[in-house]
Amino acid sequence: MNFSIYDFTSFNQWIDKFLFDNLPAFWAIVVEMTIIGLVVLLFYALVGLFLVYAERKVCAFMQNRVGPNRVGPYGFFQTIADLFKLLMKELVYIKNADRLLFNIAPFIVIIASFMAIAAIPFAKGLHAIDFDIGILYVIAVSSLGVVGILLAGWSSNNKYSLIGAMRSGAQIVSYELSVGLSLITIIILAGTMQFSAIVEGQANGWFIFKGHIPAFIAFIVFLISSTAETNRGPFDLAEAESELTAGFHTEYSGIKFAFFFLAEYMNMFIVASIAATVFWGGWMPFHVGGWAGFNHIMDFIPPLVWYFGKTFFIIWIMMWIKWTFPRLRIDQLLTLEWKYLLPINLVNILIMAFIVLMGWHF
Amino acid sequence: MKEIINLPVKNVEEEEYHINMGPQHPSTHGVLRLVVSLQGEIVKSLKPHCGYIHRGIEKMCEKDTYPQIIHLTDRMDYLSAHINNHAVCMLVEKALEVEVPERVTYIRTIIDELNRIASHQLWWCSFGMDMGGLTCFFYGLRDREKILDIFEESFGSRLLHSYYTPGGLMMDIHPDFQKNVKAFIKYFRKKIKDYDDLLTGNIIMQLRTKGVGILTKEDAISYGVTGPSGRASGFACDVRKHHPYGVYDKTEFKEILGTKGDTFERYMMRMHEMLESMKIIEQLIDNIPAGDYKAKMKAVIKLPAGEYFQRVEAARGELGVYVVSDGNKSPYRMKFRSPNFSNLSVLDHISRGCKIADLVAIGGSLDYVIPDIDR
Amino acid sequence: MNSFFKYFTDIFYAVKSLLTGMKVTGRYFFSPWEIVTQQYPENRKTLKMYDRFKGEVIMPHNEHNEHRCTGCGICETACPNGSIEILQAKIDMPDGKKKRIIDKHIYHLDMCTFCGLCIKSCPSEAIVWGQEFEHAVFDRSKLTKILNKPGSSIIKDIVE
Repeated sequence: MNFSIYDFTSFNQWIDKFLFDNLPAFWAIVVEMTIIGLVVLLFYALVGLFLVYAERKVCAFMQNRVGPNRVGPYGFFQTIADLFKLLMKELVYIKNADRLLFNIAPFIVIIASFMAIAAIPFAKGLHAIDFDIGILYVIAVSSLGVVGILLAGWSSNNKYSLIGAMRSGAQIVSYELSVGLSLITIIILAGTMQFSAIVEGQANGWFIFKGHIPAFIAFIVFLISSTAETNRGPFDLAEAESELTAGFHTEYSGIKFAFFFLAEYMNMFIVASIAATVFWGGWMPFHVGGWAGFNHIMDFIPPLVWYFGKTFFIIWIMMWIKWTFPRLRIDQLLTLEWKYLLPINLVNILIMAFIVLMGWHF
Repeated sequence: MKEIINLPVKNVEEEEYHINMGPQHPSTHGVLRLVVSLQGEIVKSLKPHCGYIHRGIEKMCEKDTYPQIIHLTDRMDYLSAHINNHAVCMLVEKALEVEVPERVTYIRTIIDELNRIASHQLWWCSFGMDMGGLTCFFYGLRDREKILDIFEESFGSRLLHSYYTPGGLMMDIHPDFQKNVKAFIKYFRKKIKDYDDLLTGNIIMQLRTKGVGILTKEDAISYGVTGPSGRASGFACDVRKHHPYGVYDKTEFKEILGTKGDTFERYMMRMHEMLESMKIIEQLIDNIPAGDYKAKMKAVIKLPAGEYFQRVEAARGELGVYVVSDGNKSPYRMKFRSPNFSNLSVLDHISRGCKIADLVAIGGSLDYVIPDIDR
Repeated sequence: MNSFFKYFTDIFYAVKSLLTGMKVTGRYFFSPWEIVTQQYPENRKTLKMYDRFKGEVIMPHNEHNEHRCTGCGICETACPNGSIEILQAKIDMPDGKKKRIIDKHIYHLDMCTFCGLCIKSCPSEAIVWGQEFEHAVFDRSKLTKILNKPGSSIIKDIVE
């Protein structure tokens, strides 16, 4: 076994071989799935907690204040303290609420984001499953989350929640389109929907550089529409605090609220990592075609550093957007999608297809 | 197409539903309850229910002496506490025909304007927050803190000062007052550019406010909407200009009038007013005459029997104080014409047909302070 | 054609206005030295309130445990909401006359609105503003204070 932080393929194969040598095939798969499930669960919790902390710190600095600084050094354990607080809080049951749907809704939201994480490649060989239709799969499962939001709003028996859920439904249905189309732009360039192949295809330059202006426009559109899809500001109409108090999760308390909260941050992480993978090369180091020496130096930086660096940079941009802009109104939100993003996107796909056809890309 | 439009829907009245915005709601800025009839997201009508923070200030005034009334007026529109104090002080001085020293009028005018800036800063924060831009809230509060520090240094308190007394001031201004005010104006002229960059010029904010919640000049007059909200509709109602008090007649400032009367105009009125207030302060701050900080008053103030009225331009509009005196040391009847009450009354009229998000924006632009509505 | 150009100029100005806003927040993000937040419990040692800060009403005593309050009760009448109660006592003077002095100057901090009328009206300047501001207590009765210290007496040269 030769383990390295640059390539996890052999490491995975070694575990796989070890399990299949020692266990019947059925149990080997069960153990593998359990291991992956636990790893993803742990990763999910850690990243979620870190992102909540990061958001609070980033928005604090943008708002000219210090942010959490009481629990632990620089307030680092603040989110863990908050988690304990949420775990210990009472789960309030709402009178006349649809008990079953009310309880199921947070799990649907969180399962949707769980499933999406499975397909994301963190480094070479470090992904739970490598579909050949990876992008399609991610788009499909990440849009399941809206079902949870709609159920939460409907079952709460609260008009604010209902308005929030309906807004969220209209919003996600429309913005799903832009997310898909902007990814199609890159799929045309890459010629594949498999995440690992997309990353390998960026070995001699990231797609955002290879694809000229259309790729850049696609990235901007993806950033806007994925921010909208994750219900984050300035598109946080579903929970518009100043209008609907808390929107679809008004009636939720304790750990169920924490599920919604965590799912929001994980969705943000997922869309940021898709953006990083598809547009910015994922774990692929910064390579310039022809500069062998420079590329070699870049290869020394481990892929995980590249991956998380890019993802958190995109998350930072999303936070920057959120903490700067006022919220849109529902009709403006739809105008932005149907009158601006969608036509731009369609023209963009045509241009990209033309560029690929003529072989003008790098 | 016609068939689709004329589908046999139920009576429109039945399709409406009501939500209670408030008494606990982030965008009502206090304990105001708005019963909003909605059709989908569209506001059909709304009913403000006030009285949740009614403390009976007018009745309490009837048992208090005139110097004691001052501290109750602080608690009406707490964001323009000095200006409220000013109204009662001027009323008593006018009734007793006391000539206050010139130094007092200068100081009162400067502090009124500082109070107006502080109030508008807080309005800007909360307006930004109503629109969903939380960052505005912290920038506005940060700058307001500078004014509150000046207040604290001179009068010892930050929000409810009770600094004016009939005939003068509680104490003289702090020796550093002039220096600090000038430093603040220099600081704030720089920072107000951030306000414009962050919110005023922002396309989302402009789209959400332009053409929303239009209040015509006629409606503004008939509803009695005063202050920046009324001036946005072109209603020239600035008491400082038309019935000058203090030393406003000796200063140069513009009464800015809007034309459209929409939410954006109301927003711009206050932004302009902050600049105008700074101009007024700059003209006065170096010219505060030396002298006594209070006029000689009797120990027990008794107003001659009769009716008295005094109005001032508070940060949100025209504040009127009406007193019926029977010659005793406390008024027989006291009535405040509070600007917020009239401004709130127009909310139903201008928010019909808007969306919920617009209702929040309109409410933010009318800038109501609930304790002033209920008193 | 005109509306076609307007479509793009709209997008251009919209993006420009959004970037201006992001410039402001971005600048503050990268200049943390502009943060004005006070670290309150840590800076308790150095935190100095302004001299005129209205924290509470106090009655200064000199080193002989003497104050200036004559117990006249003017502050009690000046107070708009009854936060001050004066309890008087009578003592026998050496020349046989009886004199009223202050027994207890009771100050209800929980009812005080910090208007300052008592201090302004006091003829002998016996009460002043104190700068203490940490008034949080677990028991409300602790907010009722007796301003004259036990066993204190009036400074000799104060005349009513």
